[in-house]
Amino acid sequence: MKFGLIGLLTAFIMLAFSMGINAEDLIGAGATFPYPLYSKMFSEYQKTNKINVNYQSIGSGGGIKQLLEKTVDFGGSDAIMTDEQLSKAPKILHIPTCLGAVVVTYNLPIKSELKLTPEIISDIFLGKITKWNDPMIVEINKGIALPDKDITVVHRSDGSGTTAIFTDYLSKVSEGWKNKVGKGTSVNWPVGLGGKGNEGVAGLVKQVPNSIGYVELIYAIQNKMSYATIKNRAGNFVKPSLESTSKAAETELPDDMRISLTDTDAANGYPISGFTYILVYQEQNYDNRPIGKAKSLVNLLKWMATDGQKFTTPLHYAPLSESAKNKALKLIKSMTYDGKSIE
Amino acid sequence: MSGDRMEYKGYRRRRLIDKIFKATIYGLSFLLFLPLFLIFGLIIKNGISHISLEFLINNPKPVGEAGGGILNAMIGTLILMITSTIIALPFGVLVGIFLSENSKRKYALVISTIVDVFQGIPSIVIGIVAYIWIVLPLKKFSALSGALALSFIMLPTIIKSTEETLKMIPYSLKEAAYSVGANYHRTILKVILPASLSGILSGILVSIARISGETAPLLFTAFGSDILEYNILKPMGSLPLLIFNYAKSPYPEWHEIAWSASLVLITIVFIFNLIATIGENRWKIKF
Amino acid sequence: MYRFLKDRDGGDLIFKSLLFFSAIFILLLIVAITITLIIQSIPSIKHNGLYLLFGDIWDPVSEKYSILPFIIGTLITSILALLISIPFSLSASLFLGEYLEGKRISKIIKFTIDILAGIPSIIYGFWGLMVLVPLVRALEEFLGIPPLGIGIFTASVLLSIMIIPYTTSIVREVIKLVPQDLKEAAYSLGATRFEVVRDIIIPYTKSGIIAGILLSFGRAFGETMAVTMVIGNANYIPKSLFAPANTMASVIANEFTEATTDIYLSTLISVGLILLIISLIINSIGRYIIGRFYVRG
Repeated sequence: MKFGLIGLLTAFIMLAFSMGINAEDLIGAGATFPYPLYSKMFSEYQKTNKINVNYQSIGSGGGIKQLLEKTVDFGGSDAIMTDEQLSKAPKILHIPTCLGAVVVTYNLPIKSELKLTPEIISDIFLGKITKWNDPMIVEINKGIALPDKDITVVHRSDGSGTTAIFTDYLSKVSEGWKNKVGKGTSVNWPVGLGGKGNEGVAGLVKQVPNSIGYVELIYAIQNKMSYATIKNRAGNFVKPSLESTSKAAETELPDDMRISLTDTDAANGYPISGFTYILVYQEQNYDNRPIGKAKSLVNLLKWMATDGQKFTTPLHYAPLSESAKNKALKLIKSMTYDGKSIE
Repeated sequence: MSGDRMEYKGYRRRRLIDKIFKATIYGLSFLLFLPLFLIFGLIIKNGISHISLEFLINNPKPVGEAGGGILNAMIGTLILMITSTIIALPFGVLVGIFLSENSKRKYALVISTIVDVFQGIPSIVIGIVAYIWIVLPLKKFSALSGALALSFIMLPTIIKSTEETLKMIPYSLKEAAYSVGANYHRTILKVILPASLSGILSGILVSIARISGETAPLLFTAFGSDILEYNILKPMGSLPLLIFNYAKSPYPEWHEIAWSASLVLITIVFIFNLIATIGENRWKIKF
Repeated sequence: MYRFLKDRDGGDLIFKSLLFFSAIFILLLIVAITITLIIQSIPSIKHNGLYLLFGDIWDPVSEKYSILPFIIGTLITSILALLISIPFSLSASLFLGEYLEGKRISKIIKFTIDILAGIPSIIYGFWGLMVLVPLVRALEEFLGIPPLGIGIFTASVLLSIMIIPYTTSIVREVIKLVPQDLKEAAYSLGATRFEVVRDIIIPYTKSGIIAGILLSFGRAFGETMAVTMVIGNANYIPKSLFAPANTMASVIANEFTEATTDIYLSTLISVGLILLIISLIINSIGRYIIGRFYVRG
């Protein structure tokens, strides 16, 4: 009986090892920003191409880290890797998948939309403006009854590309922010609560009265939260939307697509927009990766840049412009296995 | 209580204090029912609505789509349970036997104490070690690394319960076995162990119940997965991980799923603990 | 296959060696775990030096790490949880071990406490997030402070519920050990129940109570998931009871997968090392006290 049991266990172990071995299934991790889009995309991709993609939304910091550790096939990040980070690894490509808007969401008992300026936003997040009925806010929001309450600031507690985009914007529009805090996936926030992931921030702002935070547009929409109209560089108050996000990207795009779109000079562009990227190694033969996996990855990326784009707009993400798409495809084409193109 | 011999003046006051104290003790003790009801009651109330066959046999769906289920999380929990038990059981029982057989020796006491103290290590620290030992060298997250972390957590309990149960077996049983000519390992394996099966089994069941609810060590070992996965060399989801991810999301539909998943998890833990307790008494061979 | 199990000394030798090596293996395992953590923490200790324990900022951007905010967060939540839970666990222990020892209702209360002990921490966390947080938020609105809902207070309350079973189980056992004749002598002199508790039981079981409290403290110290979900994830030294904070365990849970630099990761591992050391110390002291109690009692 004992050996029967051992035999059963051995069979189970062998089963556990062998089942579901689909060498071409892919693992990704990273940005929470595009998670609603990716989860839809990968679910659809599984239906048509029969490849499973397991994506864990742990934040852009996590995406970068796990790609550097090579524990995932691709990383998701809205943050552009710094030169210093890139210098530590073999060449990594930033392949854009879509555009998103980082909106400033708030929880206030008001009906109309709040207008905000770069100065106000930086001062709130710096802790300089502490009450909702501060004169600076009241001045541009005439007619709205702002409560005499403290502002509860909510930011990200994890390493976040959304934070990277937001703080990049703040660093551009506020000298004080640039000197005191700076930009990055994780910063030393002067004030506020931390929420994990876009989901965490959205959850907190939704539940805490008189709070303010920053999330990707889709999180605010799906949760029926209000978000602010922001004054851009051209002086126009722009509401975040697909159009205004796409307009922000109407600029010369570099080949490696490492570009910041914040504080755009496009007249009607939304000032806190950004690309979100899939990060992969250009040379795919590392750590004995089978070529099947590399091919699978390339096919997924190509699909995301072309057929997959149709899932962007229903979820309020802006699709890649024609030129961005071409750059993306070019980057994908440059991926190699043993130096040879994978296509 | 003998009240007659009491001094009249102080007696009243002392009796009052005694009554108040008793009421406080009773009150606070019964108050413990409150969190129990609040927790269980709400889990059952909120969780039951989603429980259906589809819920149990479907995989999660993307945000906003209806019909998501928890199949991959349940399978993941099951596979993690089985794998970690396979790793922990042999070692745990063997060490338990060793410690009870050598209970008088100094080195056994040392090991026993160390195992005891080891029991209190936060599970997230075990997760860190499993990450360093398995995830980093293999360069991948896997259910195996998660199961290893879980097995470390199980070991002290299995060792302790084996040791304690074996210690309670009267020496006369061993003597009897020797006297009919059985040698050492035969005695242990065929006589002593079966006699202590109830205690050992209940220790195993209790530790399985414990690890089925563990989340922290899995965060960076098994990592999590939305897809159905049987391969232990790949990342895998589990019920606690699913609850964690869904709980911190802002979507009400996902919160509902988290309630139902909590109901499923708590039922599993409850059943294992129940079988352990009942089994320990039922199957116990009394001497 | 039965050949090696045949009646020969060979079989016994193999078996005994197996037992011995298993025990050695476990010992090595525990040592290996400790050494691994120490080795991986060395870069952090070199980089941060004393700032690790005495600085005041945790800043991954400038790579300046101080664990002090988390040590404080852990201490405050654990101690507060203890304070809240002690009246309950002592009451329950007295109830179970003295007042209604052995009765039916006792079994029900014991059952309740055992169930509370078995609930996984993630479920406590989820429940805390959904139920406790709105309650605390209402309290905060009533008190006129920012209604965050999450924070040190919420985490402490949640923790207190979770650790009640630990103290209770130990203290209940030692209360039962108080010699019956001691108690009877007191009663025959006319003592009330309360006085017996105060003058006989408590002094007799003092070390057991301390051990129980220590063990609960150790449990609260290392609790991860439940705390992570309700404490607010703020990496600063908390300024008030209702402020958001982080504990050592929750900062590891939050930031481990995204520690982008080696120093960052090493620092998080050193947090784990400190957790390990502290929990080992607390558990050792606790078990030592219990051991002594049983030897004496």
